[in-house]
Amino acid sequence: MSEESRQVPVASDQDVVRVRQLVRTVSVEAKLSLVDQTKLVTAASELARNTLVYGGGGYVEVSRVRNEIRAGIRIVFADQGPGIVDLDLALTDGYTTGGGLGLGLSGARRLVDEFVIETAPGEGTTITVTKWCR
Amino acid sequence: MVKSARCGQVVWLGEAAVALSPDESGRFSDLLKEHADGLVARWAELVGAGLQGRMSRPELERQTRDLQKGFQQALAAGARDLKDEEAAELRAQLSELSSHRARQGFSANETAISVFALKDAVLDVLGDTDDINTLRAFVSFSAFIDRAALFTFDSYVRVRESLIADQTEQLLELSTPVVKLWDGVVAVPLVGTLDSARAQVVMERLLQTLVDTGSPYAIIDITGVPAVDTQVAQHILKTVVAARLMGADCIISGIRPQIAQTIVALGIEFGDIATKASLADALRYVLGQKSYKVVAAKRTER
Ligand SMILES: Nc1ncnc2c1ncn2[C@@H]1O[C@H](COP(=O)(O)OP(=O)(O)OP(=O)(O)O)[C@@H](O)[C@H]1O
Ligand SMILES: [Mg+2]
Repeated sequence: MSEESRQVPVASDQDVVRVRQLVRTVSVEAKLSLVDQTKLVTAASELARNTLVYGGGGYVEVSRVRNEIRAGIRIVFADQGPGIVDLDLALTDGYTTGGGLGLGLSGARRLVDEFVIETAPGEGTTITVTKWCR
Repeated sequence: MVKSARCGQVVWLGEAAVALSPDESGRFSDLLKEHADGLVARWAELVGAGLQGRMSRPELERQTRDLQKGFQQALAAGARDLKDEEAAELRAQLSELSSHRARQGFSANETAISVFALKDAVLDVLGDTDDINTLRAFVSFSAFIDRAALFTFDSYVRVRESLIADQTEQLLELSTPVVKLWDGVVAVPLVGTLDSARAQVVMERLLQTLVDTGSPYAIIDITGVPAVDTQVAQHILKTVVAARLMGADCIISGIRPQIAQTIVALGIEFGDIATKASLADALRYVLGQKSYKVVAAKRTER
């Protein structure tokens, strides 16, 4: 199903910038609308920064995907950090343990079409998001 | 790609080859001394061809002569490898050369060739030889030069990196201008990625300009920011709060449609901060404010 994928390690602020650039490039290639490009880049920026800040670093993988009807972009954010203990709480607007706005996780979910979190205490966190072309 | 391939090749040669024997060091030291003038001339010619006239001939010859002396003295002192104590002076010289070339904008290749060319020059001086001992010695000598070139390449890269870091810092300063837009109104056009380092610079600049100009209004224009995420938003919000504490009102302008939609979906609220689509709208808004008219009147009275 996946046509091609590109991986970026996430270990510094510079890498978060790199993730944004990669997602922007792939979004343009996939002919996402300007609004959807901006939404996906912003979601990626949030999730990659969480990977860095809370997950202690990890990697991001961006791939072009296609189902029976549409083409799209899938992005995986993976870390081996502490995991998220209370997922409902973490997904609450305004909840933050790091002095942020607490909108990254919940906001990113609203910016994409599909949003899947796999996490367990001590097991790290993997978030997979998908945006479909309209 | 080409550079790293070349670099890898050099590393391989450096590791595989053996150090010069004491006898070989002596032999090459003598050779460098005996043929000094011919070597320097040939060497400078080879390097000069690569630099294509971007360095004057006398300067190049002076540099080459210094290097020739450096190699000769290191070998005469008994250096068998570039790592040796006896080659300390030579290493310093090579670092100096790289730093000089890096600052003058020469490429890494051009810099490494300044050292590599010594091989060809020596080979020319040796002429046609089928003496196996001379050939064997040349292989060891050649490995010595490879390591010298690699060392030069390495210090070149280090100098370049620090140059780039300096330039990045300068760019950071340059790319965050705070301009006086109108009497009592300053503006900061943000361009590119607003990371924490830049956000700090922007905030400090803006606050300082507010003090310097005594302006009661500041417009933060984000037309040039490709994506506004929670971090960017938080930096902007903090700047606005700080400006308010100093008695200035902030307006955010340049919110393009795609950014507006993303901000809404993300759930960011700018509260009672005025936001406008363009810088012109923001200025019009400020000039239309009752409080601005009062301020302006007071300013002209003075
Ligand atoms: N990869 C992760 N590993 C562990 N904990 C995480 C991870 N991602 C998020 N969290 C937790 O979920 C909380 C909410 O995340 P969210 O991104 O919404 O807010 P924030 O990062 O604190 O602030 P903001 O993103 O608005 O700047 C975080 O404060 C953190 O405790
Ligand atoms: Mg976050």
